[in-house]
Parts: sequence; C-alpha cells; structure tokens
Amino acid sequence: MSQILLKIDGKEVGAREGMTILEAAERAGISIPTLCHHEKLEPYGACRICTVEAEIDSRPKLVAACLYPVEPNLVVRTRSEKIDKTRKMILQLLLAHAPDAPALQDLAKEYGADKDRFEKEASFCIHCGLCVRYCAEVKKKNAVGFVDRGTRREIGFIPEISSKECWNCKECFPLCPTSALQAAYVLTEALMTPAISFKPEKEE
Amino acid sequence: MDKERIDRIIDKHQSEASSLIQVLLEIQSENHWLPKETLERVSEKLQVPFTRIQHIASFYKAFSLVPKGRHEIHLCMGTACHVRGAPRLLDMVQDLTGIKPGETDLDMKFSLETVNCLGCCALGPVMEVNGKTHGKMLPSKTADVLKNYE
Repeated sequence: MSQILLKIDGKEVGAREGMTILEAAERAGISIPTLCHHEKLEPYGACRICTVEAEIDSRPKLVAACLYPVEPNLVVRTRSEKIDKTRKMILQLLLAHAPDAPALQDLAKEYGADKDRFEKEASFCIHCGLCVRYCAEVKKKNAVGFVDRGTRREIGFIPEISSKECWNCKECFPLCPTSALQAAYVLTEALMTPAISFKPEKEE
Repeated sequence: MDKERIDRIIDKHQSEASSLIQVLLEIQSENHWLPKETLERVSEKLQVPFTRIQHIASFYKAFSLVPKGRHEIHLCMGTACHVRGAPRLLDMVQDLTGIKPGETDLDMKFSLETVNCLGCCALGPVMEVNGKTHGKMLPSKTADVLKNYE
C-alpha cells in the first residue's frame, strides 16, 4: 500500500490512496467542519461547509474536503480568509432555511455568519441528504426520499413503507441537523391517519 | 393503466433498472401521466426503490404525476413570443379554458402549460396543441383554434 504525503495546514500528513482530504485531516487531528458527512455513508458533498483550499500545481482552488481525493504533494489549507468568507456565505444561505438549527448556530458563531443576511425561507431542510442516504445505504429501506427539484426540492416519506419500517427504527431522527425530518415524518403520519397506521400493532 | 400494458413496456427494456427513464417516458406518452400504482409496479419489476422513482419522476418536467387532459396546450413564453404578445394570448387562453398554467380542467379536456421556447421564434407568439404548432397567434384567433378540440 503506497503512502501519499501531503501537507495540511503546514503539517506533513500521510494518507492512503483513495482517501479524501477530510479523512486524511481527521487522521492528523485537524478538524474540518461538516454537515452532510457521515462515516457510514458515501461522501455526498451537499453542504459545502467542508470547503478547503487545495493547491494543485501551485494554484489554489476551493474544493470540498469530503469528496476530494488526496494526491502526492497536495498542499491544503483548512482556514484562511478566503475559506472563512466562503463558509460564512454558505452558512448564511443555509440559515435562511433553518435559522434555529443548533448545528448551524454553533458554526455561525465561529464564522460570524448573520442569520438575517438573507430573507427567510423557512423550509427548515438544508438538503444535507443524511436521512435519505442513511435510509437507502445503511437500512436499505428507502422510506424517505427527495421530491421535486431546485428551490422546491424537499424530503418526503413514502407512507406505505414508513408505516411498516419507521416506528421501530427512527435512526435517521438524530442525524437531522435541523429537525425538518421529524416534522416531515409527523406530517406524513398525520396525513395518513386513520387510513394507514404508523404505530405497531399491539401484541395480543 | 392496466398491468399488462405496463409489463409489456417493462419487458421491452428487459427489466433493466438502467432503462428506468425510458420506461417512464413510454408510460408517460401512452398514458399522459404516471399514476402511483403504475410507479409501484415499475419499482417492483425493475427493482428500483420507490423513493428513487419518485425523485426522478418529480425531477423531469416531461413526467406528470397528476392526470392530464385529452388535449395539452403549450404556450410559448420565450422572449420573442413574449414581446409579440404572449402574455395577452395567455390571458385569453386562461379565460377560454378556465385554467391556469399547470392545471387541468374538470372535464379533462385541456391541460395548460407554459414553456420557455418552442424553437420557432419567427412564428411568435406560438401556441402548441397536442404537438401541432399554431404560429402568429392572436388572442382573437384562439377561440377558433381551441373549438376544434373536443
């Protein structure tokens, strides 16, 4: 197994081929903020909060650390004025959707993001895809998925699957950074009651 | 849409999951919309999760998840048609059919949709009904065109 040497924040870091910048940084004890990353799931690159500056052929470029594979002699910076500015903007855009999400508020404090920068569009979902991917990749139930596209995209539970699978699982609930998922679940349950019951049948 | 017709389309594509969009397109063109039961059947036969089909069917504008009328009106709202009076044409069509873009009337006669360019700007404003192009439309001519459709 060949070792790849790269530099993250001035520190020499060794990584295996196929690892991402994020994985290499984690091994070296350098933290990069993430929202849509989950160790059990395939990288997705939706939130872009892990944006770092990678120098390729001495040209700095903004890349998503959770997706970008390590390469020899790569020079990575995880904090700089440019990165902080980018992350601040991303946070402000996400905060327009979910102004009260604790995960976003913590990051907002660090990067000085103003939650009132953009007009509120309270969908509460930041499209991180954690619930959708967890249900598909780990649980293999596909009870929740994305519907529609662009500004109208939202998550939705399939009532027929959710009524059977969700009550005893709900493993996606703690993953959601904004609680939009729980709301979507309760909404689906309410819309389907009493035709489809989400509660498990009582044991005799 | 009955099961045999769906199965026939799916079999034509050897039940390949990669042919999902082709299958959906064929069902769409035969049935004019994609009912939930049909999508469930496709999901079962192609072994594609229902959430994925729902995502794809709601993503592309070519698919409709609500019933469509017997005649589909596409009204061009592109720049050329717009400056040649498409908004007035739209008002007229809305008055005549009683529906707004994206809607279908109660008798399932017309579905109205606005589009961004039909590619024949010289004929603007353009109205397309069931794929037939009506160029150089005038609000006063719309009633004559629409009365030909039952």
